[in-house]
Amino acid sequence: MIKNLADLAQVREKMQGKITFRRHNPGTEVTDGNVRKHVLICGGTGCTSSKSVQIKEKMEKCLVEAGIADEIQVVMTGCFGLCALGPIMIVYPEGTFYSRIHVDDVEEIVKEHLVGGNPVKRLLYAETVKGDEILSLNETAFYKKQHRVALRNCGVINPECIQEYIGTGGYLALGKVLNEMKPQEVIDVISASGLRGRGGGGFPTGRKWQFAAAQPAGKKYVVCNADEGDPGAFMDRSVLEGDPHAVLEAMAIAGYAIGADEGYIYVRAEYPIAVHRLQIAIAQAREEGLLGKDIFGTGFCFDIQLRLGAGAFVCGEETALLTSIEGNRGEPRPRPPFPAVKGLFGKPTIINNVETYANVCQIILNGADWFASMGTEKSKGTKVFALGGKITNTGLVEIPMGTTLREVVEEIGGGVPNGKKFKAAQTGGPSGGCIPASKFDIAIDYDNLIANGSMMGSGGLIVMDEDTCMVDLAKFFLEFTVDESCGKCAPCRIGMVRLLELLEKITSGNGEMEDLDKLEELANYIKSASLCGLGQTAPNPVLSTLANFRDEYIAHIKDKRCPAGVCKKLLTYNIDPDKCKGCTMCARKCPASAISGQVKTAHVIDHTKCVKCGACIETCKFGAIYKK
Amino acid sequence: MKKKLTTVAFSGTDEQKKELDELIAQHKDEKGALMPVLQGAQAIYGYLPIEVQKDIALQMGVSLSEVYGVASFYSQFILNPKGDYAVSVCLGTACYVKGSGQIMEKLESLLGIKGGEITKDRKFSLDATRCIGACGLAPVLTVNEEVYGRLTPDMLEGILKKYN
Amino acid sequence: MNTVNVKINNREYAVPANSTVLEAARYAGIDIPTLCYLKDINEIGACRLCLVEVKGARGLVTACVYPVNEGMEIFTNTPKIRNARKMNLELVLSAHKKKCLTCIRSTTCELQSLCNEYGVDEDFFKGRTNHYDLDTSTPYIVRDNEKCILCRRCVAACKNMQGIGVIGANDRGFDTHIASAFEKSLDETSCIGCGQCIVACPVGALYEKDDTAKVLEALADPTKHVVICTAPSVRATIGECFDYAPGTDVEGKMVSAIKALGFEGVYDMNLTADLTIMEEATEFLERMKEGKNLPLITSCSPGWIKYCEHYFPEFTDNLSTCKSPQQMFGAMFKTYYAEKMGIDPKDIFFVSAIPCTAKKFEVTRDHQSAAGVPDVDVAITTRELARMIKQAGIEFRTLEDGKFDNPFDIGSGAGAIFGATGGVMEAALRTAAEVIEGKKLEKLDFDDVRGTQGIKRATYKLGGKEIRVAVASGTANAKRLLESVKNGEKVDFIEIMACPGGCVNGGGQPTQPAVVRNNVNLRELRAKVLYTADKNMDVRKSHENSAVKKIYDEYFGHPGSHKAHEVLHTSYVKRGL
Repeated sequence: MIKNLADLAQVREKMQGKITFRRHNPGTEVTDGNVRKHVLICGGTGCTSSKSVQIKEKMEKCLVEAGIADEIQVVMTGCFGLCALGPIMIVYPEGTFYSRIHVDDVEEIVKEHLVGGNPVKRLLYAETVKGDEILSLNETAFYKKQHRVALRNCGVINPECIQEYIGTGGYLALGKVLNEMKPQEVIDVISASGLRGRGGGGFPTGRKWQFAAAQPAGKKYVVCNADEGDPGAFMDRSVLEGDPHAVLEAMAIAGYAIGADEGYIYVRAEYPIAVHRLQIAIAQAREEGLLGKDIFGTGFCFDIQLRLGAGAFVCGEETALLTSIEGNRGEPRPRPPFPAVKGLFGKPTIINNVETYANVCQIILNGADWFASMGTEKSKGTKVFALGGKITNTGLVEIPMGTTLREVVEEIGGGVPNGKKFKAAQTGGPSGGCIPASKFDIAIDYDNLIANGSMMGSGGLIVMDEDTCMVDLAKFFLEFTVDESCGKCAPCRIGMVRLLELLEKITSGNGEMEDLDKLEELANYIKSASLCGLGQTAPNPVLSTLANFRDEYIAHIKDKRCPAGVCKKLLTYNIDPDKCKGCTMCARKCPASAISGQVKTAHVIDHTKCVKCGACIETCKFGAIYKK
Repeated sequence: MKKKLTTVAFSGTDEQKKELDELIAQHKDEKGALMPVLQGAQAIYGYLPIEVQKDIALQMGVSLSEVYGVASFYSQFILNPKGDYAVSVCLGTACYVKGSGQIMEKLESLLGIKGGEITKDRKFSLDATRCIGACGLAPVLTVNEEVYGRLTPDMLEGILKKYN
Repeated sequence: MNTVNVKINNREYAVPANSTVLEAARYAGIDIPTLCYLKDINEIGACRLCLVEVKGARGLVTACVYPVNEGMEIFTNTPKIRNARKMNLELVLSAHKKKCLTCIRSTTCELQSLCNEYGVDEDFFKGRTNHYDLDTSTPYIVRDNEKCILCRRCVAACKNMQGIGVIGANDRGFDTHIASAFEKSLDETSCIGCGQCIVACPVGALYEKDDTAKVLEALADPTKHVVICTAPSVRATIGECFDYAPGTDVEGKMVSAIKALGFEGVYDMNLTADLTIMEEATEFLERMKEGKNLPLITSCSPGWIKYCEHYFPEFTDNLSTCKSPQQMFGAMFKTYYAEKMGIDPKDIFFVSAIPCTAKKFEVTRDHQSAAGVPDVDVAITTRELARMIKQAGIEFRTLEDGKFDNPFDIGSGAGAIFGATGGVMEAALRTAAEVIEGKKLEKLDFDDVRGTQGIKRATYKLGGKEIRVAVASGTANAKRLLESVKNGEKVDFIEIMACPGGCVNGGGQPTQPAVVRNNVNLRELRAKVLYTADKNMDVRKSHENSAVKKIYDEYFGHPGSHKAHEVLHTSYVKRGL
């Protein structure tokens, strides 16, 4: 039980060794008692699904067998970020980075590396091997330009151990706030830091807190939006899985700042590991007296409830999230009144997302100036992005605001694979838009993205190459938002369906040029008239592709052609008679019996029968079948 | 999306009822507890049949319509249980032209249920799905994760037998 | 009154400080169109039709919920706004079953009139629509979800106003629709048939089950004696269907119009309202004497009866066993009058014109057939009666005033006020007071039980005894009152009407668009007709109604007699949920 700052310091001092061991700079001496090495295994969702739990169990077993279980500490951490290379394992103090390891590799690592002292080179991340030299992780392109604030403890600590969190300086910010600062001073620091909401809108966090603090004293709530629902985005999940206490601590600080004694975390039920770790973290924090009554003996009380979503993207919208916590259909409600005035259960409420909270403690500890020194004029600090799509290093990155899109894609992300050309990057998920190659050099921040027809969103960044059809992409996002529209307001409920139908008309070759005007008019109407953020942003994928790739739309309409070769109804499958060997494989595979031809003579596809399933292309060993 | 309603009779046990009552009692004084209660109830019964929703509505003092409104809003709430073995027949174009319609018909007669339904013993449920991308194997069905391709109606009895 | 200064369309106004943009505009004489908004019960900002521009605001502003503030500049009629409204309507139409020519709400449809105003192209958007089966399961309400525009006014009426909630939004996104849990038809739910959803509906998605064909068929049958009896409040509202302002008494024209339709007899239900009082007052005095089944609760409102049976079955023994005035009239007519005139009750086709949809259910209830045939054959709402009059080509507004038929043309003022909340209580008190006190009342107005508030309480000293009475209208208020009684509140006599404000605001009354409902106190205006009629009557007490006296003398003997019980009383069931 931690009753005061001295108790906290005691735990911190005890644990500090372990943490510096894992954060160590090569060349300096570090020790952790009898423990020689720390083996960190990623326990994020990505790596767990490629068996990192089994790897950990095997590792522990092998260490016992090798008789060195006392000397090696095995830690399951949160996400390291380089999900494309999972499962990942890092050995400290040297910082050797193993990637794509298999359960069967564990024995070798124990024997060669942990006992023998020689890293298993064939299992190392190729970029860290330079001849005989093994580089530290921080020297790789993926990590070099990153700056980890929100993710600082992810992949460093055991998220299921509150002591390790305290060892990193955890709960020190809460202690400082409760013992040394007035609520208004806390808000002032957050305001001065320039922190803006990381969930999408980019509203200044300090101002949000100020509104809630200004409400008459009484019951107030602090809510954490962990209903991360954008397809391909997993920033918040990684923070919750890797550093749950950072969120709890920040919520308590927010509670102190606005005068709330209760918090809710609304987390997607699709994130079982995050939920599990949050449950553990809340229980541990209560046990240590860091949540509950009379925290740090200051009389401040704050506790946190966990609420699980049940599969509704719209609940990421703040008012829908509140109605959902209240036990209703997750339908948004009109604002005003804003949650800061009338929120959860009708009480003043602040809602911030996970990543926003993950910045708070660092700002308190390091000061507003430190935070404001990173980033651009109006976008301070760093931002976490989930890189996905046609990019080599799929994974999680945290970069200072103002980093260019090119740096993120080409340097950190390792570029577009298979020699394909970068076509566009989609940010902001279904609410965002596309940044075309011509704007590859824009500095990423809130205002720049909006100026370029996209938005920050929660941080999904999907890269597209020349094989992506932009009309089809817009259709993909619209199918998603149509599915996820709550159905309350008419513009979104009906308008989005009509918008999708127009796209379907175009991608099936029935589009007319007037449809483009209709698309634009309707999309702009839905944006301006919808009740909530979902509807107000859902047409963005259409508008931004229309603005940047209008020629592709026109090709679909006028030439009845899909330039990227994606839209099925506009494609024909053909056999190149020069390449076809007449092996008959394709004819046998074709489900529609659309391919005919004699053995050893070129085959022909009957377009009236072809269902465009692509089975023939997959079958052909000679590359004789093409679509156009 | 329109939620599929169940066609099987309710077969809740006394033990499940006891668990449900405890669950509701535990959440009763909590504000906005309907969601956690529905989540808990689904964990107990595997789905949310009308009998359970009625019970929840009565005990929590809300209307059944409100409970159902919530249950039908969120995609994770299920109103129609899946069988131990979920049989899905691909009705994508490629499979369809290869006769997956007949496959479906045959399965319906073998299992004695229609698409979207579940057998009385809850062993099998039958659904039609969109293209699963195995066009080269058309027509295709899946039983849970297992994929069966190049089907003919006379193969189906044998496939089902594997799960009996 | 605190005011703030705002500019609306560049003109300055001082408007009440706590008003919304919608209210402020109204104050300035500008109607901002709405489809979902109903003051106090449905403020959900869902239809997005009321969007306006406000200088400096981010995006368009939802006028129905957005509060005004000092110096605000509002624009309600810019090209952007007009286009947005037009597109909104075009979208709504694209998902709406456009059977406007034959729709029951044609010309009273709020969507239709807006589409007219905005010059909407009904085929601008084409695309998929959802199919829903028509719900015709109950004898009173038809739901056509293919016409539903999801404004949720019906849901708000059912849940927020009536506290019932047998309908709600199911599923989500484009598939969202209003229905009962598990898509059950309405007859499988605990719907009470009050019809408040119908009068809330801006379009033709909800309407009463039309029974006019049955009436017309009977009228055309020479072997039938087709008679009709109109409820007290119909005369106070039917004028609205013929362009009279709400609150116009059109009794005389109504009677003439009905006669022109070919009914053999046109009677005034005020008579059986008086009869009800005679029976109920007697019942009350008996229960008081025995101290049994108190509080006595009135039984005139069939929506309330069904509500009680579903939601408060523990109170069914407290219900007065008196049939409602409608059923009493039919029962009396087919027994006493048939006997007297030598007509076979089977040849009588008894129609009642009522402000109520629940009465369509009431006629089908058990123990409502005193003469071995149903007491009432068909109950038609005010709206249906108006439709029959229009269809027959009767020029309502030019008709001479007619008079109800003998011998049932006498009603008292007490019977007249049955149509307003508190009216039954007041009528009963007038009679009970004189019976108990044994002398004439000096003041006949029981002001404490008048007015449109949801629950009214009063205590009267009658015969040296304190009588505690309570009046509730709207089932949400009934619920509050009954919960309080369950928790120990002592009451002797309760009047409950299912509809807020009583029958004048019944589910069978003429629909009024939201702009009227939100800005005019319909309940009060309509009730005033009844109280004015009462005031101007010679006879204002049920027991002084000579026709009532005659009926007792000739047939029933005295109130509460065995025969009266056989004909005029009924029984209830405990339905539960």
